[in-house]
Amino acid sequence: MEREKAFVIRRAIAVAKRWDLAFAILGVVCLSIALLTFMALFIDMAIKGVPRLSLDFFTSFPSRRAENAGILSAWVGSTLVMLVTAFAAVPLGVASGVYLEEYARKNWVTDVIEINVSNLAGVPSIIYGLLALGVFVYGLGLGQSVLTAGLTLALLILPIVIVATREAIRSIPVGIREAAVAVGATKWQLTRDHIVPYSMPGILTGVIIGMARAIGETAPIITIGALTFIAFLPPSPFKETPPFLSFEWLTAPFTVMPIQMFNWTSRPEEAFQLNAAAAGFVLVLMTLSMNAIAIYIRYRLRKNIKW
Amino acid sequence: MVDTVSSAPKAAAPPPHPIKAEARDFNFFYGDFQAIKKINLPVYEKKVTALIGPSGCGKSTFLRSFNRMHDLYPGNRYEGALMLYPDNTNLLHEDVDPIEVRMRIGMVFQKPNPFPKTIYENVAYGLRVRGDNNKRSLDDKVEAALKGAALWNEVKDRLNHLAFNLSGGQQQRLCIARALATEPELMLFDEPTSALDPIATASIEELIHELKKVVTILIVTHNMQQAARVSDYTAYMYIGEVIEFDETNTIFMKPKQKQTEDYITGRFG
Repeated sequence: MEREKAFVIRRAIAVAKRWDLAFAILGVVCLSIALLTFMALFIDMAIKGVPRLSLDFFTSFPSRRAENAGILSAWVGSTLVMLVTAFAAVPLGVASGVYLEEYARKNWVTDVIEINVSNLAGVPSIIYGLLALGVFVYGLGLGQSVLTAGLTLALLILPIVIVATREAIRSIPVGIREAAVAVGATKWQLTRDHIVPYSMPGILTGVIIGMARAIGETAPIITIGALTFIAFLPPSPFKETPPFLSFEWLTAPFTVMPIQMFNWTSRPEEAFQLNAAAAGFVLVLMTLSMNAIAIYIRYRLRKNIKW
Repeated sequence: MVDTVSSAPKAAAPPPHPIKAEARDFNFFYGDFQAIKKINLPVYEKKVTALIGPSGCGKSTFLRSFNRMHDLYPGNRYEGALMLYPDNTNLLHEDVDPIEVRMRIGMVFQKPNPFPKTIYENVAYGLRVRGDNNKRSLDDKVEAALKGAALWNEVKDRLNHLAFNLSGGQQQRLCIARALATEPELMLFDEPTSALDPIATASIEELIHELKKVVTILIVTHNMQQAARVSDYTAYMYIGEVIEFDETNTIFMKPKQKQTEDYITGRFG
């Protein structure tokens, strides 16, 4: 009798475990599809592009001769645009997130705002390009400049920064919040001394993930009229005479990495395809290293915060 | 009960125990739910008053009203008065800023909740919030508070270490030091030992004994032995009401209410 019972139980477990196995296999297959596709693309690009990589490639302007062409103006442009994006998106996004989480009353208006912030993250990026063309390029007269591109991409990643900020703030335990309030902290003191510092790891991670997305964006940048062929650099941000900093580069015309790639892939010559692969390889490395930095920052800052 | 308002020019003999704080017809609502029903209760100066009662009886809710913690969350409502003496301030009055209330009344929570900052900064925070940023005065006050919380000897060599590296009991004493640093008039303890082991609990209880020499204490506890050990007065609460309030000895030895007796003897609760 007992033995029979045990047998029945074992058979039931065996049947149940078959499903475990089946699902595990399904999961691995699904995961492989995504991973292998990316790996195939990346390896193909690396094989074509890596031989093309040299110091000259990074220090040369684009050229009509493929073997002389480089990505100098593209990577400088991308860097400067990212700089503007970060400086615009971080304060705006963090302040919005903090306001929504800490200051705004919880009512239907905040609910509507919350839903719309999430929706903004799903708006196709070319729509942001059109918006920027109307507002920044023509409306505010900023022209087809580094500044315009940076602000456009900042708008694009704003929802990501806001959502990351709010998530990070929400993960702060109630006890910590109450502890600060209990010694007499005002809302602002609570925000400045506790909420923002403790949510920094989450915020920075969100910012960098947003930036990693923005650096690969092409559509909005084309829409606002970035150049596809440019053989000079924006003016240097550093000067030899006081005040040593110059902001002329903000208004300079520019190009960025994905546009440079796009330009090269549309050429018929095989040599330019290799250039495109090399530029793509560099772009992917830039994105991956940004993600790596995000992981590292999160790890470093989280070390002191245990909850 | 005796009122300590100094309105009479020549008051009669001072009452044996001046009152530091008092609830007068105090009601509290979470939305539509009335959690506290018409409580009248004195808190005697430099004495320990314990609030006991079964879970959900409203003792924590009542305690947290004293420093207006419920203001943090929407839908909460107070009624009646919580008076603070000798200045006769109603803590719930609309002209009274909750920040001021919290600066005068310290609180220690159920779970140790140090900030993810250094030991020093944890204790100094209440002072910094008040605009005190003078290094020397901060140093002195931090040291005094840590001594007051019986933690100084254990941490004096590592004030710049993170508070999270302390043990649970040490963290809780750090939180007491943080509340103590600003010299509150009244200190609220919300089940301060429920997350601690027996040894850490004993040290906190001992500390409370010491603290009542300098500050009035109101403590919520789940543990009746603890109430008996640390408090001078005890209020037994049940479903939002104070069923009985008296000296702790009386409550534990010869309670007047049957219900109190049942709870204390463990027949219920």
